[in-house]
Amino acid sequence: MANSPIARPKEKIQLLELRREIPRQYYVGAGIGFIAVFVAAWFLLTSFGFVSKIFLPSPAAVWGELMKQIQSGVLWQDAGASLYRIMVGWLLSTLFAVPIGILMGNFHFFEGLFEPFIDLVRYMPAVAFVPLTILWLGVDDSQKFAILFIGTFFQEVLLIMDNVKTVPRDLIQVSYTFGLSKWEILWNVILRAALPGVWDTFRITLGWAWTYLVVAELVAANVGLGYRIMRAQRFLETETIILGILVIGVLGLITDYLFKLSYKKLFPWVIQAR
Amino acid sequence: MTTPKLQVQNVWKRFPVEKGEALVAVQDLSMTVQPNEFVSLVGPSGCGKSTMLMMAAGLEPITEGEIKVDGGTVFGPGPDRGVVFQTYTLFPWLTVEENVRFALKKSGVEKSKQDELVRDHLRLVGLEDFARAMPNQLSGGMRQRVAIARALVYRPQMLLMDEPFGALDAQTRMLMQELLLNIWQADRTTVLFVTHDVEEAILLSDRIYVMTARPGRIKAEIVVDLPRPRAFMETEGDERFVKLRKQVLSLIHSEVKQAG
Repeated sequence: MANSPIARPKEKIQLLELRREIPRQYYVGAGIGFIAVFVAAWFLLTSFGFVSKIFLPSPAAVWGELMKQIQSGVLWQDAGASLYRIMVGWLLSTLFAVPIGILMGNFHFFEGLFEPFIDLVRYMPAVAFVPLTILWLGVDDSQKFAILFIGTFFQEVLLIMDNVKTVPRDLIQVSYTFGLSKWEILWNVILRAALPGVWDTFRITLGWAWTYLVVAELVAANVGLGYRIMRAQRFLETETIILGILVIGVLGLITDYLFKLSYKKLFPWVIQAR
Repeated sequence: MTTPKLQVQNVWKRFPVEKGEALVAVQDLSMTVQPNEFVSLVGPSGCGKSTMLMMAAGLEPITEGEIKVDGGTVFGPGPDRGVVFQTYTLFPWLTVEENVRFALKKSGVEKSKQDELVRDHLRLVGLEDFARAMPNQLSGGMRQRVAIARALVYRPQMLLMDEPFGALDAQTRMLMQELLLNIWQADRTTVLFVTHDVEEAILLSDRIYVMTARPGRIKAEIVVDLPRPRAFMETEGDERFVKLRKQVLSLIHSEVKQAG
């Protein structure tokens, strides 16, 4: 009650309790604050000459580079080329990872067939495949797709397999009692139930594809965000490097956010396990 | 003599173990359930009663022996046996109504008749107002009511229930027992009911099989001669109920003690 006769001590806001929710303004404020502190430190370090411009340019210099690239259109060209490569590379990976992952998650035979090979390959560094892919595919975009594919596919297929495996066994059992065949259950029950998890895997693996962008554009590219970074390295254009990294980060963040948003729209029925 | 609805003949279940001898879960078990009879299977936890029920459902392979429904051998799951699980098995992406309708997918019942069946069975479990709700909006008790409606909607020959109220709190469980009692007393579908709750078994059943600790065998068969129709408060207050409870509990108690 608002005016209780017994004065209670004002409730203190506890920010550091195990798994306790905190007020939203503190939650959001902390996240924004951290970035602000980071930028402020960057600003202070550079504007008072603590570090040389070659090692760390000022925020203003990076901003100037951004404006320059927007005006010249280089930014759009690079971002467009990189987005295209990432989308094709990731879609290619997904196109194979989804059916193979589904087979592996449902049939022990396919798990036994593919898993040892996938486990072997997924520990091989994607960057080491750059010379081979050039040898096999040349220097055009297909080589970039291949690197993105190698970096993404072998992880994605295992995640899809796990998504399928988490579908509760009893959901499958009860479907059998309705007289459904195993293929009907696979299509109507297992895949339907696994879809939210698969969608989350898409979000995560697309994020990984972004991290492989620089590797994909390491050699034999003349446009792209990763290429811009590699080229700037040669001329010690540190502000271009930092801008490139930031742009990749922001684009990755946007795709991540779009997946999270669509997840909520597509799967309102997901039962939250707490 | 009529053919039993369910006949379990000398059934064994062994689970292979990585090293050493196979684990015997069910040992040479025989039992019957007559048409329109409500039979419970009780026993200490881990005694194989759920495994037995899953074998009757055709969802768990039998190692040895035979299970017959209406005199015909069971080779797998089928729409002649409705199953209600302990876990929540509603499809979370479907509404309550769509969940119940899903069970009619292979029934061949025409669309308009399906609507009617779904509506009737939701009314039976008192959820006609929740037809459009999603499972994640329902309480545990309501979810199990939908599961019961869904298992009855295609008019199976018998109902197999595996501790359907085991995950519910005590008050909800009481209401669910009463609901099941009323549903059963209205149409007397044959039921095989697995539970570890002795009072639940007595309240609902015509007959109770008590199982031994693992490996599961039939230890005793007890006829529940309490008058029907039964109701929760009246029946549990009956002195014959109290006597039966003591009898069944002492049977289980001695098993638990030996095994423990």
